[in-house]
Amino acid sequence: MSRIADVVMKPRAGKLLVPFFTAGFPDMRTTVALVKAAAEAGADMVELGMPFSDPLADGPEIQHSSKAALDNGTNLRRVLKAVEQLQREVELPLILMGYYNPLLTYGETKFLKRAASAGVDGFIIPDLPVEEAAGFKTLVESNGMSAVFLAAPTSSPERVRLIDKFSTDFVYAVTVTGVTGVGRTFGTDTDRYMRRLKQELTKPFVAGFGVSSAESARRLARYADGVVIGSALVKIIRGAANRRSCLKQVTRFLAKVRRAL
Amino acid sequence: MGGKKRALPDNRGRFGDYGGRYVPETVMYALDELTRCYRDIKHDATFKAEFKELLSSYVGRPTPLYFAQRLTAHLNGPRIYFKREDLTHTGAHKINNTVGQILLARHMGKKRIIAETGAGQHGLATATVCARFGLECVIYMGAVDIERQAPNVDKMQLLGARVVPVESGSKTLKDATSEALRDWVTNVRSTFYIIGSVVGPHPYPMIVRDFQTVIGRETKRQCRRIMRRLPHAVIACIGGGSNAIGIWEPFLKERKVKLIGVEAAGYGLSSGRHAATLKRGRPGVLHGSYSYLIFDSDGQIVLPHSVSAGLDYPGVGPQHSHLKDSGRVVYEAVTDKEAIAAFKLTSRLEGIIPALESSHAIAWLVKNAGGFKKNHQVVICLSGRGDKDMGILADWGRIAP
Repeated sequence: MSRIADVVMKPRAGKLLVPFFTAGFPDMRTTVALVKAAAEAGADMVELGMPFSDPLADGPEIQHSSKAALDNGTNLRRVLKAVEQLQREVELPLILMGYYNPLLTYGETKFLKRAASAGVDGFIIPDLPVEEAAGFKTLVESNGMSAVFLAAPTSSPERVRLIDKFSTDFVYAVTVTGVTGVGRTFGTDTDRYMRRLKQELTKPFVAGFGVSSAESARRLARYADGVVIGSALVKIIRGAANRRSCLKQVTRFLAKVRRAL
Repeated sequence: MGGKKRALPDNRGRFGDYGGRYVPETVMYALDELTRCYRDIKHDATFKAEFKELLSSYVGRPTPLYFAQRLTAHLNGPRIYFKREDLTHTGAHKINNTVGQILLARHMGKKRIIAETGAGQHGLATATVCARFGLECVIYMGAVDIERQAPNVDKMQLLGARVVPVESGSKTLKDATSEALRDWVTNVRSTFYIIGSVVGPHPYPMIVRDFQTVIGRETKRQCRRIMRRLPHAVIACIGGGSNAIGIWEPFLKERKVKLIGVEAAGYGLSSGRHAATLKRGRPGVLHGSYSYLIFDSDGQIVLPHSVSAGLDYPGVGPQHSHLKDSGRVVYEAVTDKEAIAAFKLTSRLEGIIPALESSHAIAWLVKNAGGFKKNHQVVICLSGRGDKDMGILADWGRIAP
């Protein structure tokens, strides 16, 4: 069984906590330290964002962190190097999240093979819906990794079934219609949608987009098998005065969410 | 196989290898809904009649095919004809498409319209039809473009649209498009996204092409009447490529008619500062489709450059990528400087101020008139008028030659 399947099927404690960091923001050394801190704070998996010049599913926080990461020279090669290092130092599965064009440019086959040997456990590509992903899914799985597809509040039951089928181990539920960002409030609409997913999906699912507090994480975790926290962390990292305080604040925030789950 | 060639795009929205739907899951249902709705409405007599009536009484179609006598004499080459899209209401071909799409939006019961714009011509055409049909209108426009196409911004606001400046990235059409897509992902249930060119995810490249094909149908009819034959060549500028696809579509099967697309070479093709996607780009994925694109060795989109805001875009419609690979169309490029010279030349010789975008098509013929015989007839798609570009011209020094 893959590490992801392992974690998804039997989380260590309560629901899954999945932090997201933009790889290379503010620099790759800090990203590596952040992943280790997240592991210690009780994260079950980590999502690493591969920065892209035109992240059209992302709001201002991740747009900004992506640009900063690109400006300091972050590219796929460096992301894989960081994964290689992390692989030796932390236990938890690492999922790469990013847009399709950089992968295509690197060469899909070549990149996925290298990603697997660097220790990447899975992929989320927000601009690659299931209709366009047959070849990608096959390549990811044949390299022993996990393909994660997104479901949205606007996905029909037929689409949800297809997304369920395409996802190797679990599905990523986008909580609201919209781009990534902080400070969403989740109402009864979200509850209804989460309940629907719970019924329609055969695989576990994590919920993400707009989760910015322990309370909102707990609310989503009533239905979801875990939560992804991204923009809220990027915001903390952006606001931190230095590396030490950045790690401290992120650890404290994640520990708080961990307790809520 | 043999027999009749299958219509493009195929049912997966592909023109050969190009096209498709590379968008977030959230809007996939809206693309399915739009595809279904368009398929139902396309052959509906009421829809067709309404579209036709608006094109005639509101847009001012048909637009003339005009013989550019003095430019012809000056270049001493082929007989040059302008398809006068600059004479449409709002002054560019963009209005053909927005009229069609607003009818679709209304049919689908959408109350809010969004659009991206570069030169402001598509934004203006969208704001115009929104005013005409009483729908809320939000236009995303790069901050740089807002500056260089100020008159169009004023017009859009006068028409009741909200113009949102986009400050990210290159602050031009690419970023305006990304921001419009983000809005659509967020408000997809209430909002219709009127895309302005033959770009984006399927079915947009097909829908925009179909609405713009009126240009080519008229041109073909006018050629038969005026020239008593089909033209030797049809030349159009290429940003996203909607005026080109529109005028070419009825000529694609006429193998003897040469089709020439002219991209923006900016400061020169080897300068690295251009928007010549088909000449210098490679296939990649941006804004929902797989098509030629300008990006670096890491797959990051490179900021394009063109003096013309409407051509300042790193991508191109997927059908153009297919037409390039198939060899049916020849794609060329001219520099900012050459386009400006053609802009001035046409103004002085014909009393027509062409858009800087269309000036690229004219500039290519100015350079290559010698390659045609004097009895050849060449049609240039004069996609829009150049009043909006007066500010840019002033930046380029003396207005008088």
